[in-house]
Amino acid sequence: MEREAGILKKAEEFLQIFKKGEEFTKDLIKENERLRFRIAQLEEAIQNAGNEEKILLYEERIKLLDQEISSLTERYRKVEEENKDFASKYLEVETENNNLANLYVASYQLHSTLDSNEVLRIVMEIIINLIGAEKFAIFLMDEKANELVPVAAEGLTVGEVPKIKLAEGIIGVVAKDGESYFAEDMGDKSGQSPDLRKPFVCIPLKIKEHVIGVISIYSLFVQKGVFSNIDYELFNLLAGHAATAIFSSRLYTQSERKLTTIQSFLDLLKEKPKR
Amino acid sequence: MPNILVVEDSPTMRQLIGFAIKRIPDAKVTEASDGVDALKKLSTQKFDIILADINMPIMDGLKLVSLVRSNPSYKGVPIIMITTEGAEEDKKKALAIGANAYLTKPIQTQELMKLVTSFLS
Repeated sequence: MEREAGILKKAEEFLQIFKKGEEFTKDLIKENERLRFRIAQLEEAIQNAGNEEKILLYEERIKLLDQEISSLTERYRKVEEENKDFASKYLEVETENNNLANLYVASYQLHSTLDSNEVLRIVMEIIINLIGAEKFAIFLMDEKANELVPVAAEGLTVGEVPKIKLAEGIIGVVAKDGESYFAEDMGDKSGQSPDLRKPFVCIPLKIKEHVIGVISIYSLFVQKGVFSNIDYELFNLLAGHAATAIFSSRLYTQSERKLTTIQSFLDLLKEKPKR
Repeated sequence: MPNILVVEDSPTMRQLIGFAIKRIPDAKVTEASDGVDALKKLSTQKFDIILADINMPIMDGLKLVSLVRSNPSYKGVPIIMITTEGAEEDKKKALAIGANAYLTKPIQTQELMKLVTSFLS
């Protein structure tokens, strides 16, 4: 809803720019007509006048032309300014549009399968390709043991990522509170071997208020540098979609497994007893 | 009608690039999941531009570039590399074997579109 309101606001701003442009062009045409009319009047007067009078009229004509030049220069400057404003707004809308398209494709992919491994693979692809993370891990909550278990990692092996108790360290606290963590110092971490308990970005995977896991990022690609504002927003939105996709695929896998067990049991019951 | 070949092992990335490229009027996007798949498609269709990842299974993007450049049937097709490899030496290597441009992930859609449009025109 907030996003839609933002888009509507931007559309309204564009409309205002166009209206201003239209008013400005009308003013310019009017002013030009006025000056041209006056020049035509003077030219006519020059033809009918004596030498001294002609000089005076010429002087007036020069003054009018000077006036016209400065008025046109001023208006040209204004148009240029408006054009710049328009170009920067266009770029902003274009970027927003691209981000929305990326978000659409990512969420479409996330919800395109009910295979939990496939969903994890897609989440990883998105984190690599859209966020630009080089080293990261995905943890899922083990409700019985009350701890976060690493289930997938990039740039690291799952085996080297430790299990984290709920409320323990940055990762545990993010899982407990359900609030994202972004380190203040996001300098270039590529090439360093990270402390796997201290990510510089940690996002909870939440379904409403229920945290099912977290994504911890330890380093970004060298070309990515730092997180921009749009990255925070995009990452939070994607984490929401990822949480739903992971949760539903796991539920589906569990129910499939149960169904197979029940079906086998029923088949066993239906079998005729051997004599 | 420009025909663009997107060579990428990640289906998400293929869709992301395809989604952006389809905004070019009349553009047709053909997808390939690795270098071998791309060569098969190159042997049956004519492409105006190739967008290829570097790290792919079966045949990587660099091998694909060298094979494309050595085949007289399609050696002139412009190739843009799209990769997570951001080091300068990787870029130099790709350009040296015949890639025309080098973009790093995460891609900036505007930058990609500008580049593709410039090659198409």
